[in-house]
Amino acid sequence: MTHLGYLIAGWGISLGAIGLYATSLLRRGRTLSARVPADRRRWMTTDD
Amino acid sequence: MPIRPATADAPEVVEAPPSTASRATRLLGGACLLALATLLVFAFVLTNPDERVDEATNLVTGQSDAVRLLYVHAPVAIVAYVAFSVTALGGVMVLWKQSTWWDITAASSAEVGVLFSGLTLVTGSIWGRPIWNTWWEWGDVRLMTTLMLFLIFVGYLAYRRTITDTRVRARRSAVVGIIGAINIPIVYKSVEWWENRTLHQQSSLTDGKLEDLTLLALMFGMVVFLAIYVWLMVHRFRIGWLEHQAETSGLSAAIAERRSQADDAVRAAVGDTGPDHGNAP
Repeated sequence: MTHLGYLIAGWGISLGAIGLYATSLLRRGRTLSARVPADRRRWMTTDD
Repeated sequence: MPIRPATADAPEVVEAPPSTASRATRLLGGACLLALATLLVFAFVLTNPDERVDEATNLVTGQSDAVRLLYVHAPVAIVAYVAFSVTALGGVMVLWKQSTWWDITAASSAEVGVLFSGLTLVTGSIWGRPIWNTWWEWGDVRLMTTLMLFLIFVGYLAYRRTITDTRVRARRSAVVGIIGAINIPIVYKSVEWWENRTLHQQSSLTDGKLEDLTLLALMFGMVVFLAIYVWLMVHRFRIGWLEHQAETSGLSAAIAERRSQADDAVRAAVGDTGPDHGNAP
């Protein structure tokens, strides 16, 4: 296979970045959930 | 979402989730991982390298295996357009309805869009090195307009952090998001409008030159990355919602505390001034 280094870099960076971002979202979600009262953790309701 | 069963003393209660994940997002996440694995099989096993033999000269032309980068580059670019379009739509809805829900949606989509447009620039650059013999071309209109789109929405996210008042932040960033999204059709059409000022090829999807399997892999890649976008958006939205709730609950607590202090101060003042002043109207 030609251009293997470019392929690994392109796909690796893309999937790696998306994976890291997804992991960071899950972590932020857990941390924030602990700070917000349970009755305010309803996603689809709004006071506005 | 855990459900506490009904007992003799208490009715059935659906407890709030301890994270932004839910059964639906877990299912979607699993489906995304499976689809991504399938896309990798399409990109690296099932599709052929781009090699065309010129019958007159017998020379082999085409992108060879570098074409396999397009199965990630084109989908992430399309998802970036979708993400910034959602930000613009959210901006319109914020200005129209003053909706917190749409403000959080717009901001969430901008953040995910910045990730995908950044990946568009990176994968395009990596693809350009073997094909164009350059990592970057400053005079190329497609590259520069894409870079501008990326920077505008980085600026959008930075601007949001400078404003603490949630309503002012929502209105002002809505305007920035709408203006920023005007760049999307310019990026998309740049290869046609300024075709002499770009190395970038015109749309591969509309010129009808792609093999069936290549086209299928590209379309499937778009579906996969759109599903990933939805998964990221759901989680990012829920984080935005939690941040909003933390802000407002913190504010409510501060207001309640301040009111309590004020009441104490009034009671103390009334007590100090004696019964004559205390009974004054």
